[in-house]
Amino acid sequence: MAADSYDDVAKNKESIPELEVAPQDLYHAKSFWTKYIFCQDAKVIGIQYALTAAAIGMVGLVSSWLMRMQIAFPGVIPMDAAAYYQLVTMHGMIMVVYFLTALFLGGFGNFLIPLMVGARDMVFPYVNMVSYWVFFIAVLILGASYFVPGGPTGAGWTLYPPQAITSGTPGGDGLGIVLMLVSLAVFVIGFTMGGLNYVITILQARTRGMTLMRMPLTIWGILTATVLALFAFPALFVAGIMMTLDNMLGTSFFMPAIVQFGERLTYDGGSPILFQHLFWFFGHPEVYIVALPAFGIVSDLISVHARKNIFGYRMMVWAIVIIGALSFIVWAHHMYVAGMNPWFGFFFATTTLIIAVPTAIKVYNWVLTLWRGNIKLTIPMLFSIAFIITFVNGGLTGLFLGNVAVDVPLSDTYFVVAHFHMVMGIAPVLVILGSIYHWFPLITGRFLNERLGRIHFWVTFIGSYSIYFPMHYLGFMGVTRRYFEVFEGDNFTYSITGINQFITVAALITGAAQFLFFYNIIVSSKFGKKAGKNPWKACSLEWQTPDVPPTHGNFGKELPVVYRWPYDFSVPGADEDYITQDTPPSAVANAKAEQT
Amino acid sequence: MSNNKESLINLLTQKPWEPAQAKVDNLHEGKTFNLHVGKLGLRYIMVVSTIMFCLFIVTYADRMVYDDWIRMPEPFLLWINSLILVISSLFFIRIQLASKKNNFEKVRRELVLIGVLAIIFLIGQLLVWQNMIEAGYYVSGSPANGYFYVFTTLHGLHLLGGLIYWVMTIKKVWKLDDSIVIRKAKHTVELCAIYWHFLLAVWIVLFGLMLFS
Repeated sequence: MAADSYDDVAKNKESIPELEVAPQDLYHAKSFWTKYIFCQDAKVIGIQYALTAAAIGMVGLVSSWLMRMQIAFPGVIPMDAAAYYQLVTMHGMIMVVYFLTALFLGGFGNFLIPLMVGARDMVFPYVNMVSYWVFFIAVLILGASYFVPGGPTGAGWTLYPPQAITSGTPGGDGLGIVLMLVSLAVFVIGFTMGGLNYVITILQARTRGMTLMRMPLTIWGILTATVLALFAFPALFVAGIMMTLDNMLGTSFFMPAIVQFGERLTYDGGSPILFQHLFWFFGHPEVYIVALPAFGIVSDLISVHARKNIFGYRMMVWAIVIIGALSFIVWAHHMYVAGMNPWFGFFFATTTLIIAVPTAIKVYNWVLTLWRGNIKLTIPMLFSIAFIITFVNGGLTGLFLGNVAVDVPLSDTYFVVAHFHMVMGIAPVLVILGSIYHWFPLITGRFLNERLGRIHFWVTFIGSYSIYFPMHYLGFMGVTRRYFEVFEGDNFTYSITGINQFITVAALITGAAQFLFFYNIIVSSKFGKKAGKNPWKACSLEWQTPDVPPTHGNFGKELPVVYRWPYDFSVPGADEDYITQDTPPSAVANAKAEQT
Repeated sequence: MSNNKESLINLLTQKPWEPAQAKVDNLHEGKTFNLHVGKLGLRYIMVVSTIMFCLFIVTYADRMVYDDWIRMPEPFLLWINSLILVISSLFFIRIQLASKKNNFEKVRRELVLIGVLAIIFLIGQLLVWQNMIEAGYYVSGSPANGYFYVFTTLHGLHLLGGLIYWVMTIKKVWKLDDSIVIRKAKHTVELCAIYWHFLLAVWIVLFGLMLFS
């Protein structure tokens, strides 16, 4: 197949042969149940994922409030050490797995992939629907652990054996830890079904003209993160199964010979370190499973709201792929204090620091995209800029902690808490919030309230810094993390009381601001200003649907044909400051895209 | 396929904003591989399963080097069960050939046999378990015992999952109304066969590992 010229192809669609694959057969819902509950439309499934993740995320948020109250104002909310550790554990696991992962891949992945690549739906809609309901069951199992005798596990989100399944650890000798492990296994099964759809839809169901290098970076981020999950989640699954067997059937995969309260247990010869390796072989890529979609999404937000093509698109793609690959050879930097051969430490410190290179390329490219851009300080842009600053902060402290000699003294302090919350807590959440403001008009056809949105942004941004910036200093001062209470009568601990109280007040205010955000979502979805079609004047396909919000099948009778990449902003010679991906060259004959 | 022969390096070095590249890109059909989504989906599942089994094997290898490692016995029944899986795969090769030749009578007949063999295999594995338990090799007895039960369970569960797909395949080859249905049925038969071959390969690796360690 050959075309004589660029314009020939665009003007004469007939010169393009018929697709090899017949249009996708879609399941058309016939009742309320199949339209909104057991729905096979990826957009609805995405919203279901997002709502479920947000609901369980609220449990995580309230857990953090209660923890902070205990740290700063002990006794105001009565709790014992067991309850505190249960809050810590559930907060960590909920936020990392059930909130961030589910929201980015299940929520944004489902909603955006078919729309952005120009597909009618995911390639396996039924499996996609089952994927959500399996996730929902995983959340229910996790939630059930609050109601069993002994309550949920308090083993810390890393669930290290032997303490995770021994008496004395909250939930360790009851159903708490079992439900956590089962829930994780179910989550992995559900996610595998979803991941199957994300990867294959992106690879095989793109519309005509949508090459891989014409995909928005959002899709590159989600694709790479899903492939990471494909390799990483089995490690969590394997570790979960083996620990469940240790707990339920008395095997000794991870459990060494151990004496508990003076009694020799039947375990013998297991390796707790093996669990740590498996856990972090999952755990570190998990950081990037959360971060890469955020990287992709924020690139698109910055480009759209700065009216400028993304700087270094190819490098952005390479960086995403390289970061993804490197994330599998750094896991043991989480285990420096577990004791390891110094050469291993050297190896993992080196690989950890190498990751800074592609990551820095991304940061430079975001900044250079902003440079001399026509920056609109919309709420999505504010969140995007806040993300860059926060990610740089969190990333820089990561450089410190990547070194063994610095990590060892800091590892058990609040410095680590501050670092990982900045880099994989606040930074991705800022992207999530910014992207909700960005895509809300597509989901509902209405804008979120601007005034409430700005209040929400500033309280969240300043609040987050008020929480986590001082924590770095606590870490330097040697304040240990994981302590249930700071004992009275010690001058050292008196000196941190004020900072802790400040952090707690900031956490309460920042958390409360999120309820303002929910209020905004609920009210604006009904009464918000109408957005119309493509209100941000974006180029990518999700905004080019004939109906807003897009209906089942996304693109009406004919799928769009793509003629360009998604970043043709401010093109010299063009009438408008953007050219959508489905605009044929003949419609913008004077545009000089190559000069942007 | 427009870009099937494209290398990854070529792909990642494309400059999508340049008019020359746009000429090429506009002709792209959208697919990355010249493969049916079903086949690609099956590969995805096989990759995830392979990673999972590999991780188990890594932990197994990590544990077996210690001095206190006690080997499990190798019951003869395991050889027979392995043989059943080999026979199943051989039958599936015949089924694939028959399916290509549109000989659906044979496909139906032998697909039923596949199901019977799978159930015999699973019963056989349960019998091995029973023999092991009677001989005192409990799951918590030693790490090798634990791995034996984990490996056989996971492999069995994969086979049970395969049986669900086998039921779907049977349904399809029993209702061949028109040419589209026949094409879909042939495709399903092929996927089912690939999965069965995969499970045989997994079992050979696991069995070999338990045999020679």
